[in-house]
Amino acid sequence: MAVTNIVLAGLGGQGVVTASDLLSTAAFSTGLQVKKSEVHGMSQRGGSVTSDVRFGEQVFSPMVPDGEADFLLVFEPSQVEINRHWLRPGGMLITPDDIPEGSLRNRKSLNVALLGALSVQLDFDEATWMQAIRTRLPEKIHAINEQAFAIGRGAGERLGRKTQTEGV
Amino acid sequence: MATNQRLLLSGNEAVALAALHAGTHLGTGYPGTPSTEILEALDQLGGRAQWAPNEKVALEVALGVSLARGRSLVTMKHVGVNVAADPLFTAAYMDLVGGLVLISADDPGMASSQNEQDNRHYARAAGVPMLEPADAQEAYDFTRTAFELSERWGIPVILRMTTRICHARTQVRPGPTRPGALQPGFQRDIPGRVMIPAHARPAHRKLRDKLAQIARWNDAEGPNRVYDGDRRLGIIASGVSVMHAREAAPEARVLSLGLTWPLPMETLRRFVGEVDRCVVIEEGDHLVYEALRADGLAVEGKPEMYRFGELNVPRVRRILAGDTSPEAAPPAGKPPELCKGCSHREVFEVLGRLKYIVAGDIGCYTLGVLPPFEAMDTCVDMGAAIGVGLGLRHTLPPEEARRVVSVIGDSTFVHSGLTGIAEMVYNPPPTGHVVLIVDNDTTAMTGRQEHPGTGRALNHAPTQKMDLAQVCRAMGVKNVQVVDPQKPEDDFEGVLRDLMGRDELSVLIARRPCVLAAPMIRRYEQAAREGATGSAQAPTP
Ligand SMILES: Cc1ncc(C[n+]2csc(CCOP(=O)(O)OP(=O)(O)O)c2C)c(N)n1
Ligand code: SF4
Repeated sequence: MAVTNIVLAGLGGQGVVTASDLLSTAAFSTGLQVKKSEVHGMSQRGGSVTSDVRFGEQVFSPMVPDGEADFLLVFEPSQVEINRHWLRPGGMLITPDDIPEGSLRNRKSLNVALLGALSVQLDFDEATWMQAIRTRLPEKIHAINEQAFAIGRGAGERLGRKTQTEGV
Repeated sequence: MATNQRLLLSGNEAVALAALHAGTHLGTGYPGTPSTEILEALDQLGGRAQWAPNEKVALEVALGVSLARGRSLVTMKHVGVNVAADPLFTAAYMDLVGGLVLISADDPGMASSQNEQDNRHYARAAGVPMLEPADAQEAYDFTRTAFELSERWGIPVILRMTTRICHARTQVRPGPTRPGALQPGFQRDIPGRVMIPAHARPAHRKLRDKLAQIARWNDAEGPNRVYDGDRRLGIIASGVSVMHAREAAPEARVLSLGLTWPLPMETLRRFVGEVDRCVVIEEGDHLVYEALRADGLAVEGKPEMYRFGELNVPRVRRILAGDTSPEAAPPAGKPPELCKGCSHREVFEVLGRLKYIVAGDIGCYTLGVLPPFEAMDTCVDMGAAIGVGLGLRHTLPPEEARRVVSVIGDSTFVHSGLTGIAEMVYNPPPTGHVVLIVDNDTTAMTGRQEHPGTGRALNHAPTQKMDLAQVCRAMGVKNVQVVDPQKPEDDFEGVLRDLMGRDELSVLIARRPCVLAAPMIRRYEQAAREGATGSAQAPTP
């Protein structure tokens, strides 16, 4: 099984790192090898943030090589163009445009909704994702995030599962 | 935590867990990206962890722990080792008792630092062993190894991490908790601990002897490994570069160095002799390459352009291909900025408008250099605001000198501003000077850690608070005033202009809590009040 490469990108405060924590926790709990890394120097102060998540049977570098991302999740429209270079040819871009943001009970859970949209493309079952949300997030926001995940997953299903391409 | 449990940990968490399992009595350090989370994790895990005012003091405290037959972990970012270098170089001469492990968290590429110094130089310069983990599992294992080596040879050991080890999550299977923790106790050893020249001369020889023994151990059973592969290409690497190299050249034979000082020269000579072509892949300076060339080994290094910034898989592919064509610059992201409502905003708006010459310092407030403020003229190292400001005042013509102000954060002031104040009152410039302390009741830059001026310990429980205004008065500063830069009635601008016009020595404290820290501070204070009446414990968030 080849390595799956995912880059999450946005601005400080949008929950990029939380989303990559959830994603890596979900992948890890299925028994895969997972590596994730990010640079969170000044992220708190609204600057650009990216986080890399890689999983498969064996993963070496914790950084997704440029031009090799299978999926790119961008949390903020202004960050799409500057991050597009991460995607491999045929890789998939997921942005807030793919999410009916109006249905979210709390806009802050957009990060988890984007994961919901991504989840359609990955082979982890829904229970794995719910477990990740419950272990990684504080209890009082479980319900809101579970709802956000479901909305994102519904939207992702409407996008359709990409035909299996190499490396996914 | 059960042995062999499968965990997904950051390198920082792995170090904290290993320190706990190794029976660490005390973790100490000063915050600094990317090292900060280690002590926070140690505290969360139930270990004893505390912030020191700076890295030098932290290392000295750790040394005391070791001499009391306790184990200590000291954490800091790469530039923190500069501050701690003085005790480090002489601690290397001493006969330590309990294990002392110093974590140096380097920041190649400068995601959040003022330089990208390569702290591997410190191992050579001070003569102390250095371990370099390649992922979180090795961060765990090597922390345990570091404690063992430190105790076996009575020497401080540096574990050098980098951003991609500290902040990368990978699988960790922890080992067993070390049985039989050391029992602290004092035993006098004057020649081994009192470094007067008569003792230090033999101690230096002894240190070199210890290093020779450790080098032999490193060759015989050090944490280095060879990943088998085609002998046409051999790669020597350490730290995260091992991972980049194994991905970039899956066919190659790779020697992964774990204990990178003193180098396992026999192992290296053997490896180089086994392969047709041998390339050293190292992030930062050309240290291993130079050491091997000095030994007469025919290895290739990397072109100079790869000294700068982090390595990654594409860059390692380029190095292996000898590609020195210009690299595409990554698209510029959005720069960080001061939060909405941050009181540093008011301060820098005024400093910019008044066109002062601002000797600045390091913290969130360094963002005052960016638009729309552009109100900072120097930034060097923590505490430099005061010294640099004084030098400017001493030298500029009086009219320009009167425009110079030093601006420093509260955590930075406690870290290394006090000696600057001593200098100011001892050698006052003819036009006087003004030091502006931007006091937001936290170390905001690194994620809101406590420091002696907040009156709260690492776990946010109350402790004695250092009163910055009283300290400055006691040190002999004539005018000391405290204002809230967001309260119009406090008239921050008016007070600053008045002090700047006086040709006297002044400290102006602009005090208002960081907006991100304020809600937490209210909770800690609430808990402290309840704790004082016996109804609740201080929170450990
Ligand atoms: C020797 C050294 N240690 C640690 C750091 C990391 N660091 C940079 S600024 C800073 C302190 C910031 O706190 P403060 O001065 O209170 O300013 P604030 O960020 O709160 O505005 C720290 C810990 C450093 N740059 N150099
Ligand atoms: S974290 Fe605090 S000090 Fe830093 S910019 Fe935000 S409000 Fe200001």
